[in-house]
Amino acid sequence: MTNPLLDIRSLNKSFGALKATDNVSLDLYPGEIHALIGPNGAGKSTLIKQIAGGLPPNSGEIWFDGHDMTGLSTTARARAGLGRTFQISSLAMEYTVLQNAVLGAVGQQGTVWRFFRPVMGDAALRGAAMAALERVGLQDLASKRTADLSHGQRRLLEVAVALTLNPRVFLMDEPMAGLGAGGSKRLTGFLDGLRSEAPILLVEHDMDAVFALADRISVLVYGKVIATGSAEEIKADPQVREAYLGEEGVA
Amino acid sequence: MTTLLLIEQILNGLQFGVMLFLMAAGLTLIFGVMGLINLAHGSLYMVGAFAAAAVAEATGSFLLALIASLIAAAAAGAIIELVVIRRLYDRDHLDQVLATFALILIFSEGTRWLFGSFPLFLDIPDALAGPVILPGGIQYPAYRLLIIAIGLLIAFGLFQLIARTRIGIQIRAGESDREMIAALGVDISRLYTIVFALGAALAGLAGALVGAIQSVQVGMGEPVLILAFVVIVIGGIGSIKGALVGALLVGLTDTLGGVLLPGFFGTFMEPSAATAVGSSLASMSIYILMAGVLLFKPTGLYGGA
Amino acid sequence: MSREAMINTVLFLMLPVTAVSALLLDEPFIITLTTKVAILALAGVGLNIALGLGGLVSLGHAAFFGIGGYAMGILAYHAQTFTPLMEAPFLIEGTKSMPVIWLVAVLAGALAALAIGALSLRTSGVYFIMITLAFGQMLYYFAISWPAYGGEDGLSVYVRNGFPGLNTLDPIQFFALSFVILAMALLFAGRLAAAPFGLALSAARQNAERVETVGLSPYRLRLLAFVISGAITALAGALFADLNRFVSPTMLSWHMSGEIMIFVILGGVGRLFGPVAGAALFILLEHVLGGLSDFWHVYLGILLLLVVLFARGGMIGSLAGRQVAHD
Repeated sequence: MTNPLLDIRSLNKSFGALKATDNVSLDLYPGEIHALIGPNGAGKSTLIKQIAGGLPPNSGEIWFDGHDMTGLSTTARARAGLGRTFQISSLAMEYTVLQNAVLGAVGQQGTVWRFFRPVMGDAALRGAAMAALERVGLQDLASKRTADLSHGQRRLLEVAVALTLNPRVFLMDEPMAGLGAGGSKRLTGFLDGLRSEAPILLVEHDMDAVFALADRISVLVYGKVIATGSAEEIKADPQVREAYLGEEGVA
Repeated sequence: MTTLLLIEQILNGLQFGVMLFLMAAGLTLIFGVMGLINLAHGSLYMVGAFAAAAVAEATGSFLLALIASLIAAAAAGAIIELVVIRRLYDRDHLDQVLATFALILIFSEGTRWLFGSFPLFLDIPDALAGPVILPGGIQYPAYRLLIIAIGLLIAFGLFQLIARTRIGIQIRAGESDREMIAALGVDISRLYTIVFALGAALAGLAGALVGAIQSVQVGMGEPVLILAFVVIVIGGIGSIKGALVGALLVGLTDTLGGVLLPGFFGTFMEPSAATAVGSSLASMSIYILMAGVLLFKPTGLYGGA
Repeated sequence: MSREAMINTVLFLMLPVTAVSALLLDEPFIITLTTKVAILALAGVGLNIALGLGGLVSLGHAAFFGIGGYAMGILAYHAQTFTPLMEAPFLIEGTKSMPVIWLVAVLAGALAALAIGALSLRTSGVYFIMITLAFGQMLYYFAISWPAYGGEDGLSVYVRNGFPGLNTLDPIQFFALSFVILAMALLFAGRLAAAPFGLALSAARQNAERVETVGLSPYRLRLLAFVISGAITALAGALFADLNRFVSPTMLSWHMSGEIMIFVILGGVGRLFGPVAGAALFILLEHVLGGLSDFWHVYLGILLLLVVLFARGGMIGSLAGRQVAHD
């Protein structure tokens, strides 16, 4: 039995009286896609921030490949191999698609402290960037300004930049959001193949994608993980049904 | 350094601090509510002083002069808010800095054109020109005591305004979430103009009050502006309480530092070196204080997010 | 050649052409004026690295300008009075050699920027602006109150410092020196912007979170940019003091900080040749408008206001259009 690559232990976070994260434990094994679902307001974003590094938890630990990552900054976690995509695209808007991807390559190769050679002329960086863009299908838009991209294209660019980092683990926050039916299908296929390179902790609302992709699903409600299991187990779980059907009614 | 002298310097420090508070309160409100950094605040201080000097000369009444300073500064503030500042709320800080710096140039040169380069004089009213005998036999200028009193009164008034009135609630809400209160139907434009004019009036009053002790001249607002910035960095942007605490700290540090440091160095250095080192350090003391606060609390003593 | 490149070429050639024309027309004052433009442009190039590329609104850059000026002033003062700067623990004498002075100025500027930057960059937004302003003022008041080097009255240097092989008192030769340094700085700044470091720094300006997520530290990037920026501005300060043969606390005042920022903005913030255009425009205004009216600062203020409100890209932005992505 292999050890989990990402091991989140008993995470707690409160904002005043509001308990946003309530004793959450999750893990991620190599080769799997572990989906995190839950109704709006469940605290998914807060949880993601604690894992990615922007928000320190009140208590609990985050272990990454056998090392305690809890005290590390976002930058350090990224360098350790955590590849994150944002729910609301976080990209350098003035840059072209290619420049954003090259930025990722620069980060990955650690060659940022270079002052004299033009970065966009560097074959290695450009190559790595274009390879990532090709994998998500954005290679034809390489010269387009990021601000001019459609919402869905920006999501793909997020994924591409994460790819350039050659991460050990992917942390993806609603990558399907804003993609049409065709785009979602393509990305679903893409993520399916991606899991063998690095496992994915996938936060998603798109249930088709979740049930198609996830090896395991955890359900987050009011900051607490109320169930973890396979798709069938989750669909049958009475607490999950109450959380969704009792409040929103899931199609 | 006698106790008498020390107490006098402490009072001077308080008086200085209270004046800084008037400047800083306006600045911090404007930043807290509108998210705007306003370099032209020093110019509003100057406008108040000049208005007071002009009215005092024309009417001979100090009271009228003070009222004039409030009105002139508030009016100037309202005008620039409507014409210029309004366009800057959505801009980044660089644009705000540059635009308000441009306003400084316009105000300073404009004032110089109107009034000339020589300082104007504003006289302390005769009734307040003498000293007051305080408990312990200390003599202290009545006028400076009045300044301390006015400043503390205004501080109290501001706290009440923010805590208890409708405008105060809008201000506090605006500081937390600008978009929300607009959605709730509060007239944002009007609120912003009022806040800006209020800040301006406070600055103008400070200028007039200080103008009687020092002189009234172009550029008088700038050293005060920068000190006010130091105050709100120390106190925390957006916090009136922080502005008061920061202002008193800065006022006392600056005044006492200038008096005590040369003496301190004099205990183990020869007099000329002591004076040199002491006064240099004294002039830097406030900034050292600021750096110290920032090392431990990068958003100031009472700063929020 | 892109429009911006054409404009840059014109701006670049404009300076030596003006200087040589002035030489031929026997107008040494114009040569000196052109030298002033080159030196102020250099200060702007320094600031632009922090401001335009890095997005750091430093309102205290005069600190570095003044440190460079005082580096020159102090070294030259000790040389001209034949007194050593320091005797123990080791002997440091004054010097009137420009290369040495420049080295000292650059190091002093870099160190000061490291100290100020390390503290200031822990804050952001408005705090950063106010803190850089405050540190600049701190040095200003220090210079006024420190009696050894003139205090408020400043320090005069009787003879211009020397550069091996040149007669630096000859206006055209001093211009050539300043211009070559400006050219080197422009080349450096240009390469910096196109290099990985520039890419990351500018990305941090646009979206710091994104930079963190690719494993880079915005703080470290900005600190280095700030140090480089301070060093270049300090070099400009040393040259400026040499031009005027005078250094005073005014070089450290926040008005000076504001002016340097104005050159950069008027020319076009973030544009490589922005400071050159801006400095030229500023000096032109100073002499043309200043000759007409004593209150020309009002017009400068109005122009600045108009540029900020309606023509954000400055001169180059308005002429060359949107910045071409380096691709």
